[in-house]
Amino acid sequence: MTDQLYSQVILDHYRHPYHYGRIKNNDKQKQGFNPICGDKVLLSVKFKNDLIDDIKFQSEGCAISTAAASILLQEVKLKPISFAKSMSQEYLLNKLGIKLSPLRTKCALLVYYTLQTLLDN
Amino acid sequence: MNFDNIRGDFPILNQKVHGKRLAYLDNAATSQKPNSVIEAESEYYQKYNSNIHRSIHHLSEIATEKYEHTRKLVAEFINAYHPSEVIFTKNATEGINLLATILKSKLHKGDEILLTQMEHHSNIVPWQMIAQEKGLAIKYLPVTKDGTLDLSRDTLASLVSGKTKIFSLTHISNVLGTINNVKEVIKAVKELNGNIIIVVDGAQYAPHFKVDVKSTGADFYIFTAHKMLGPTGVGILWGKRNLLSELPPYLGGGEMIQEVYWDRFVPHQLPHKYEAGTPNIAGVITFAESIKYLIEIGFEKIRNHEVRLLTKAYTELSKIEGLTIYGPQETNLRSGVISFNLGEIHAHDVASVLDTEGVAIRSGHHCAEPLVNRVLNCTAVARASFYFYNTEEDIDQLVKGVNKAKEIFSLR
Repeated sequence: MTDQLYSQVILDHYRHPYHYGRIKNNDKQKQGFNPICGDKVLLSVKFKNDLIDDIKFQSEGCAISTAAASILLQEVKLKPISFAKSMSQEYLLNKLGIKLSPLRTKCALLVYYTLQTLLDN
Repeated sequence: MNFDNIRGDFPILNQKVHGKRLAYLDNAATSQKPNSVIEAESEYYQKYNSNIHRSIHHLSEIATEKYEHTRKLVAEFINAYHPSEVIFTKNATEGINLLATILKSKLHKGDEILLTQMEHHSNIVPWQMIAQEKGLAIKYLPVTKDGTLDLSRDTLASLVSGKTKIFSLTHISNVLGTINNVKEVIKAVKELNGNIIIVVDGAQYAPHFKVDVKSTGADFYIFTAHKMLGPTGVGILWGKRNLLSELPPYLGGGEMIQEVYWDRFVPHQLPHKYEAGTPNIAGVITFAESIKYLIEIGFEKIRNHEVRLLTKAYTELSKIEGLTIYGPQETNLRSGVISFNLGEIHAHDVASVLDTEGVAIRSGHHCAEPLVNRVLNCTAVARASFYFYNTEEDIDQLVKGVNKAKEIFSLR
C-alpha cells in the first residue's frame, strides 16, 4: 500500500486502460452509475461455457474508477464466472495498492458492483 | 473590520489537513461556524434545554422566548411584514417540499410549473413529485451560453401562459454562481401572467447578500441556516401571510393544532400551523448568533471582500492552460463561486489532489445534474466557493493545487 493516491500504477491504468471499449455481439451488458459523483461504467461480456471469454468497459469517470475497471477486467478475463462471483471487494482494493477514503472507495467499487449485478442477473 | 482577524473567530480554520494549512473553499456546500455560534448551542444545552410552547416552567419559558426571538430577528433580517410569516423547517429542501405539498391544493391537471435550467435538485424533484401525482407539466427557462437566464421576449412568451401556476427559481446558481436579478425576472414573468405564485430559492443568496423579501416580488422565499454561519438542521421558509393562512397544513401532530377531536382538528395560527412536533430548538436559538455576526460585519463589506477573492481566483485560474471556467465572466453577475474543469482530468481527481494540499473544494454534479450534464455537457465539475473568512492565501493554495493536479496527470 502506498500513501500516494495517484501511484504510477493507477496513472498507467488510467492513461492506458486494458479492455476498454464495448463488445458489440455481447451476451450481456450492464451500466453502473454512481449517483454521488455521476460516474458511469458500461460493461459488456461474452461468455464461453462457464468462462468469461471476453469483457470490456466504457466509462465516464475519475482516474480511480477507470484504473479499478482496468485492473478488475484483467483479473476476470478468461477466468470462470464462479471466480469473478466469489471475488471479494478487498481483493480488488488490494490490487489497486493505494489507500482510499470511504468516498473514493465508492469510485473504485463502481465497476465491482456493476460486474456482480451483471453476473447475478 | 480587518478580515485577517476574522479567521480567529472560526476555530475549525486553525488546523492542518494532511499536514497542510486548511483552505476551506467549499462554502456553497456549508459554511463554518464562529465561536459565538458554537458557544450558544452549548449554552442552550447547559442552561435551559427544555421543550418550547408547552410547559410553563422557568426553563421552558426561557427557551420559548429565545426561540421566538430568533423568529423576530429573522423577520427583520429579511424585511418580512410580520414574524408569523417566518416558518422554521429542517433545511431549504424541506421548505420547498412543504410548499410543493401544500400548493397541490391549488393545482389541477394540465397546469404548468415553470422552473429554470439552473435549479438545484431540491427545486426540481419536489415539483416533479407533485407533477406526477396531479398530471402537471414542468417547463424550464433556459440558461444561455454566458451562464445567465434567457429572458428574451420570445422565450418567455413560449413558456409562460395562463396555464402557468407556479414559477420557482434560484436567486444564485450553486454551480454557475450566477446572481439572478429576481426582481426583474419576476416582473417579466408576471407581465405575461400576473397570477403566478412565485417561489425563490435563496439558499446561496442569503449568506452573501441582504435579503429583502418585500422588494423581490416573491410570494415565498426559502433559505437555510447552515450556509450562513448557523447550525445544520434549520431552514427558513418565508411566505405571504394571506397565502399561508389559506393553504392546508403540512405535517400533522403536536404544536400545529388549536383543537383536536376524535374525528377532526382545527389547525393552529401561523406560524405554528407549519411547525408540527418538537423543532430544532437548539439550532433555531443558535441561529440568532449567526445573524448577529453577519449584521455586525455587514453585507457590503462581505461582498467587497468576496469580489476581491473572486477576481483574484478568476484571473489566476484563467491563466492555467486547459482550464475551463463555467458561468458568467462579469464579476457583478457572479457570487463567490467558481466551477471549473481541468482538461480531461475528472473533477474528483482534481479535488483529491487539492485535498492533499489542504484545499477543500467540491466536485461532482452538485445536485444540479441536468444543468451539468445537458447544459455544460460534462459529467462533473470542480467547484471552489468563498466566504468572507477566506483569504488571498487560500486562493494561492487553490491555484498551486490545481497546477499540481495538472502536473500529476501531465496534462499537455
